Amino acid sequence: MEKKNKVAYLGVLTALALIFSYVESLIPVYFAVPGIKLGLANVVVVLVLYQMGVKEAYLVSTVRVILAGFMFGNLMSILFSLAGCSLSIFAMYFIYKKPSFSVIGVSVIGAVFHNLGQVIVAMIIVESFSVMYYFAVLMVSGVVTGIIIGIVVVEMRKRLKINVR
Amino acid sequence: MKKNDFVLIGIVLLCAVTFYIGYNFYMGDGETVVVTVDGIEYGVYDLSENQTVVIGEEGSNILEIKDGLAYMVEANCPDGLCLHQASISKNRESIICLPNRVVVEVRSVEESEYDVIAQ
Repeated sequence: MEKKNKVAYLGVLTALALIFSYVESLIPVYFAVPGIKLGLANVVVVLVLYQMGVKEAYLVSTVRVILAGFMFGNLMSILFSLAGCSLSIFAMYFIYKKPSFSVIGVSVIGAVFHNLGQVIVAMIIVESFSVMYYFAVLMVSGVVTGIIIGIVVVEMRKRLKINVR
Repeated sequence: MKKNDFVLIGIVLLCAVTFYIGYNFYMGDGETVVVTVDGIEYGVYDLSENQTVVIGEEGSNILEIKDGLAYMVEANCPDGLCLHQASISKNRESIICLPNRVVVEVRSVEESEYDVIAQ
């Protein structure tokens, strides 16, 4: 695949991730624990990780976080998401090449570590360990949303013929 | 899904449950509410006494303590997430308002004595 095609795909997929962020910002989610959300943009990140590679996935994820932060969030949310998405990609990269894990497992790991990154930043900002209490709930929500996102990615991979390496 | 996926999900859920039980075991009922702004202690309030606490010099958040439960009733931040957090009463439970950097934490008296000793 030519380089210009790859750039075009990356652009389209980043735009898709941004749209997912926007859609998600329209859904108000209020639970006892803040931070629970579907993580729709992760669909694109996991998809890019499998179809294009880890560098591209990190690129799409970071650009998405920064742009979405400026459009729908604030500086604080950028900081949170950056920590979350970096840790998440790092964790997914560790297991996605292993044939013993499927897309769903990778997506679950990504979701859980995304939450872990945010909890760590929250602990640093408020200078308190009590935030860790939320992590138990966030782990469970990460597993649930991770499975949903994983299933979506499996279906997308069947239908989309993106394969740029 | 493959076998390792289930193992992974199992481990994560097990961690969550252990974490939750450990935390609840570690906690007990608390007696005081400690309000921290920007990492600096703002004030200590009695949980058994019904009262309304205005936090911050400009009154960025308002905390209500009623019937042994503490909860946030007002916040000037745009998202207002702390208003939706569950009310707290157990030791080490907390309500956090990140935009205003306000942490409301329940502590038991015994532990604050330890804290004093540790200092």
